[in-house]
Amino acid sequence: MTTSEDFSLVVNGSHRSVVDALPGESLLFVLRERLGLIGSKNACEEGECGSCTVRLDGETVCSCLVLAAAAADREVVTIEGLASEEAVLSDVQQAFLDAGAVQCGFCTPGLLMAVDALLDTDDEPDELTVREAISGNLCRCTGYGRILDAVDRAASARRTQVTL
Amino acid sequence: MTTLEAVSRTATGPRIGESAPRPDGVPKVTGSFAFSSDLHHDRMLWGGTLRSPHAAARIRGIDVGPALALAGVHAVLTHEDVPGSPTYGLIHRDQPVLASDVVRYEGEPVVVVAADHPDMVRRALAAIEVDWEPTEPLVDPELAADAAPIHPDGNVIRRVHLRHGDQTAADRQDLVSVEGTYEVGMQDQAFLGPESGLAVPDGDGGIDLYVATQWLHEDRDQVAACLGLPDDKVRLTLAGVGGAFGAREDLSLHVHLCLLALRTGRPVKMSYGREESFHGHVHRHPARMHYRHLATTEGDLVRVEARLLLDGGAYASSSSAVISNATCFAVGPYRVPSVEVEGVVVRTDNPPCGAMRGFGAVQTCFAHEAQMDRLAVTLGMDPVDLRLRNALEPGDRLPTGQVITGTLPVAEVLRACAGHPSAAVGPDDPMARPGGAGRTADVDDVVRGEAVAVGFKNLMFSEGFDDSSSARCVLHRGVATITCACAEVGQGFVTLVHQIVGEVLGVDEVVLAPVATTSIGSAGSTSASRQTWMSGGAVQMACESVRRELLARVAATHDVPVHDLVLVDGRIFSLPGGGSGDDYLPIDLSLDEVTAEAVEADVVHRHAPTLPLDADGQGDAHVSFSVSAHRAIVDVDPDLGLVKVVELTTAQDVGRVLHPLQVLGQLEGGAAQGLGLAVMEEVQVTDGRIRNASFTDYLIPTALDMPPVEIAALIEQPEPGAPFGAKGIGEPPAISSTAAVAGALRDATGLDLPRVPVRPDDICLASGSALDEAD
Repeated sequence: MTTSEDFSLVVNGSHRSVVDALPGESLLFVLRERLGLIGSKNACEEGECGSCTVRLDGETVCSCLVLAAAAADREVVTIEGLASEEAVLSDVQQAFLDAGAVQCGFCTPGLLMAVDALLDTDDEPDELTVREAISGNLCRCTGYGRILDAVDRAASARRTQVTL
Repeated sequence: MTTLEAVSRTATGPRIGESAPRPDGVPKVTGSFAFSSDLHHDRMLWGGTLRSPHAAARIRGIDVGPALALAGVHAVLTHEDVPGSPTYGLIHRDQPVLASDVVRYEGEPVVVVAADHPDMVRRALAAIEVDWEPTEPLVDPELAADAAPIHPDGNVIRRVHLRHGDQTAADRQDLVSVEGTYEVGMQDQAFLGPESGLAVPDGDGGIDLYVATQWLHEDRDQVAACLGLPDDKVRLTLAGVGGAFGAREDLSLHVHLCLLALRTGRPVKMSYGREESFHGHVHRHPARMHYRHLATTEGDLVRVEARLLLDGGAYASSSSAVISNATCFAVGPYRVPSVEVEGVVVRTDNPPCGAMRGFGAVQTCFAHEAQMDRLAVTLGMDPVDLRLRNALEPGDRLPTGQVITGTLPVAEVLRACAGHPSAAVGPDDPMARPGGAGRTADVDDVVRGEAVAVGFKNLMFSEGFDDSSSARCVLHRGVATITCACAEVGQGFVTLVHQIVGEVLGVDEVVLAPVATTSIGSAGSTSASRQTWMSGGAVQMACESVRRELLARVAATHDVPVHDLVLVDGRIFSLPGGGSGDDYLPIDLSLDEVTAEAVEADVVHRHAPTLPLDADGQGDAHVSFSVSAHRAIVDVDPDLGLVKVVELTTAQDVGRVLHPLQVLGQLEGGAAQGLGLAVMEEVQVTDGRIRNASFTDYLIPTALDMPPVEIAALIEQPEPGAPFGAKGIGEPPAISSTAAVAGALRDATGLDLPRVPVRPDDICLASGSALDEAD
């Protein structure tokens, strides 16, 4: 079987080379199986559940729908890169724990990426805005109640931080 | 000072009743938590499964040669390569590991493959040549009992005929009668973490399997039997579980992975995609239910008759227990002196069905609550008053003849739910109307409806099952290590362990040993709302045993009466004047000091025994019960049949709240699954084929579909015999929520809506709909 030309990805600020990948491999597959970044999840692999959400040049995308080779030399941020190097947890991650928004945890990384992206553009979203922003992220455990509470907490924390 | 209060509590670790942090929380939010699909081994191969494209067919031949010839393909295995039992199953071992002569459902595994890369697996599967002879599938459950058997075990998996009280009440002419036929579609558990695992051969004929499951030891028994290996050669370790809801109680890829790993001598990983997952696990049973309720004109239920038909699909799974539950709880939490229920679950060529949250009680709750609403209309009574008038209480008998000896606050949850003020606002914002972002509904057309429903079920396994859980507590240098094979599937058992250890031993440093079949005996299944009671109880017993031994040890070494000693917040104190005078020096020891030599306890925890049902469906078959109520408020656009659930309110019988946030999470999450069944979730099966095996076509509620869930009350009546008085809380939220939403839709539309999920067509194309009346 032929492999694609070797390429490199910029993942969470680091250059990572991808060797001997098959041409059809998704960004999700390469992150998980070749780079050992298991945080992006594989719940549907058809762009419906949001569990594989990463930032690609700042935009949230389903990494299962992005060809890995097409992401060559672009900035990829995964859940592993969400917290700054000094902090163990980002504001959104801490809020999810404090609010009880994590049960099985399979949807959690994708939701954290989606919420982080929302708060980057709007740190005081109303409830309907939040619901719409995370409506592409399926969660089967929580019924979303604690997740909405976590977004409130994270938004509040981010506003405080900005004020400081 | 002779009381415990004399010793000040200083520690702040997790205790019972507090919202303690999840010990797996940080890895889950940072992405480092390893779910079963995250497993990796440097030498691993990828596995895959060839499944039947036919709902029913004979297999005339299988040619694996072309697949084996492909580069990168290491093994292609058929039924001929299964060395042990050719079949497996949770209760009845009737399902082939790999089909041999026939297939009985679309998606039945036929051949498994191991290759270097998932793409090579796909090519190998495509290269396998199977000579199929399709046959006419048996897809109508109504015809199954009388049709030619499609399996050597026959087409009737189980029939339960329950008769209770005076059966001549059926002929009374002085009673009000309402009848109805109801249907529930096939629901999928739709956990997010797909079936996956990694099997690693040990080079000595044995195998280690890392897999997501609900019941490790039961899996081990079935896998070992199919591999023809003794139990100690087959070692299962729990991998991270991405939700379960019943769908991981049966085997999926377990045996296949082990076969491939043993054949190739290499670790093998397999991970289903979403489409394969829909074919790879059992679903909630579709049901057809006919009911007749007889009541006095004052509203006292006299008799309920029901015929229940559940479609079990091709293999038995847990169908025989599901039909028992559906039958036992068919009339709901009401006092009914005369009952006859015939429950039948049959075999068809449809996808196999088995456990899902609520386990038989969901289907019948939808039906009995629809009946109660109809009866209220016929009697001209308020539907909540009718329910309250007939509500079961402790001391009453169930239709099985069993007397309720524990708590069962049916009236309390109903009153709390119905009386809770609503925060629902009007459908002013177009985004919040039926149709949402489509902005299709005109505000003047939207009609609102409201209804209350109540439902209950058993906690733990029933009908005489010898149910137990094992736990070990080792306290060494102040650190408690807990070993228990309870599967954490997201519910938060790992949090509860920390709380129990903190509560009983005052120890905050708690280590949870890996969950594996080699480390301890079975904890039973993470299902039936049973693990808080069973494994929580086992951990509590183990910790209490360690506590007693520790105090005895200190009493002996310091020559102090043991009843003078207390263990509080990680220290052992003497209570001066504790009854023995002050003839010794006060004791104040850290657990670190006194456990330099470890203290250990191994326990097995059992609940009170139950009995089988007799030929009339009578017997003390259940341990305990839990009840919940929901009120739903819905908006409907009758022109388009679109629905928006505006608010859900619930009250639940919980025994005692052990962890407020986790309780909330279960109540909200269960309500979401109930809402899904009411208005959107159905595995659509035509001629035995699933038409919507994807999250594009099988819809589960998003954040825009779910309304706020208001908690009207958590009824805390400690349950006798339950650890800390707490009842399991996982299933009830999924039981009464569907019925409440369906009732609210009837209230809004005036339609019968005898089937869930309620589809847009059921509303906008129904005769007698609001649209017709408007015309």
